Amino acid sequence: MSISHALRALAGIARRESLKITGQRGRLASAIVRPLVWLGLFGAGFRSVLGLSIIPPYETYILYEVYIVPGLAAMMLLFHGLQSSLSMVYDREMGSMRVLLTAPLPRWWLLTARLIANTLAVIPLVYLFLLLARIWNVRPPALGYVAAFPAILLAGMMLGALGLFLSSFIRQLENFAGVMNFVIFPMFFASTALYPLWRLEDVSPSLAWIASLNPFTHAVEMIRFALYLQVDPLASIICVLALIGCLALAVWSYDPGRGFWAQRMTD
Amino acid sequence: MKALSIQGLSHAFGHREALRALDLCVEKGRFAVLLGPNGAGKTTLVSLLTGLYAAQHGEISILGHSLRKSPLEALAALGVVFQSPTLDLDLSVIENLRYHASLRGLTHSEADLRAKAELSRFGMEERTRDKVRSLSGGLRRRVEIARALMHAPQLLIVDEVTAGLDVATRQLLMTHVRRLCDERILSVLWTTHLLDEVQPDDALYVLHRGMICWQGNAGGLMQEGGSLTDAFLRLTERPA
Repeated sequence: MSISHALRALAGIARRESLKITGQRGRLASAIVRPLVWLGLFGAGFRSVLGLSIIPPYETYILYEVYIVPGLAAMMLLFHGLQSSLSMVYDREMGSMRVLLTAPLPRWWLLTARLIANTLAVIPLVYLFLLLARIWNVRPPALGYVAAFPAILLAGMMLGALGLFLSSFIRQLENFAGVMNFVIFPMFFASTALYPLWRLEDVSPSLAWIASLNPFTHAVEMIRFALYLQVDPLASIICVLALIGCLALAVWSYDPGRGFWAQRMTD
Repeated sequence: MKALSIQGLSHAFGHREALRALDLCVEKGRFAVLLGPNGAGKTTLVSLLTGLYAAQHGEISILGHSLRKSPLEALAALGVVFQSPTLDLDLSVIENLRYHASLRGLTHSEADLRAKAELSRFGMEERTRDKVRSLSGGLRRRVEIARALMHAPQLLIVDEVTAGLDVATRQLLMTHVRRLCDERILSVLWTTHLLDEVQPDDALYVLHRGMICWQGNAGGLMQEGGSLTDAFLRLTERPA
């Protein structure tokens, strides 16, 4: 595999992904409206109910809206990452997946390129949300927006890799409801996106334990710390490991001789 | 060196054997037809040739490159038009071709040049900006053939591309690909279940229940059985 060939393929896949996403106006609109609804309605409703103590990376008492914005940014990545599994299944059903998988490039690179392209496509939307959140007085330091980029990219790729892996054994588009119910909602609610870990510990230590194991929690914390110019080393390491693990599983599962791809052919 | 060489290829889905000890070769610049009834194993064979499935037994070699040992070199020499459409309906014709070209390592400008050249052979240069969704089935097939040729493959595999098309479009596609065989020394493996797509000079393989039950010059089978239809029915009606 030559580097130039690999990069041209990546550029081509990225171009296709961006064309596909910009053509889906409904998906674009819902991607940006969803977190704003959470911020505007859920945030306002729970501001008075949920008191927050001073927790890192915040150095003072904060509004509830300030707390949930990193979680909502991560929620955008979660929905997008797992919707990418839907588009992989769609491509498989419509046949266009064959064009990708028969390219003379290693399959691990084709899947990684698809993952990178898919993640890059959503990042402008996340930044648009972070900017719109300023209306609710959620104003991290200006440099925080820059520092958050690698965290958003890593979190997006980790969640996209999970979607890629899941797509290998989703047989039909109709099965996506299962992903919503059994993956997206549990990952989102059993995390620190909407409430800090100490709050969960108060209510249910076992739920707090689950949340501490949930990679999505670490994606949220990594973005939260980065937005306020700090690093959460544990969250970063867990996100990197989860990315490697999910991507390895996805590559294995799309192997024509092994994995779920081959298994499905024998069913 | 042969364009395509298959030796002892077997493949099963669970307990169901789809291909059994299949041997087949396509000489350089030759138009070979793989003729078989529905369910004979043609599409399984194409999936194995394109690396979508991994062969369980046997060896596939494309332009001397083993698909098992050097799959990237083998796939680089291959162009393919699948039985089921693989164009992205939401993208324009040119974007579909550019996407394919990028996966094959072509630059953006090379892609545009080659796309224009291939589409103009079908008289489609005015349709490049059209969404694929707006094209008829016949036009979509033309785009797929143009796309498969963009990276100048040496072996073209065409899997039942004419199914569901009207006679004139079928004729156009057949004539186009046959002409390429002569002009570009392109080797073609054309799979079909339609007997009228076979011509006497073609290298013919008859596939039935996963096995090659006849091979040779198509003219030979026509002489052997009185007509191609009679000979084909006789071959495919007997138990494999």
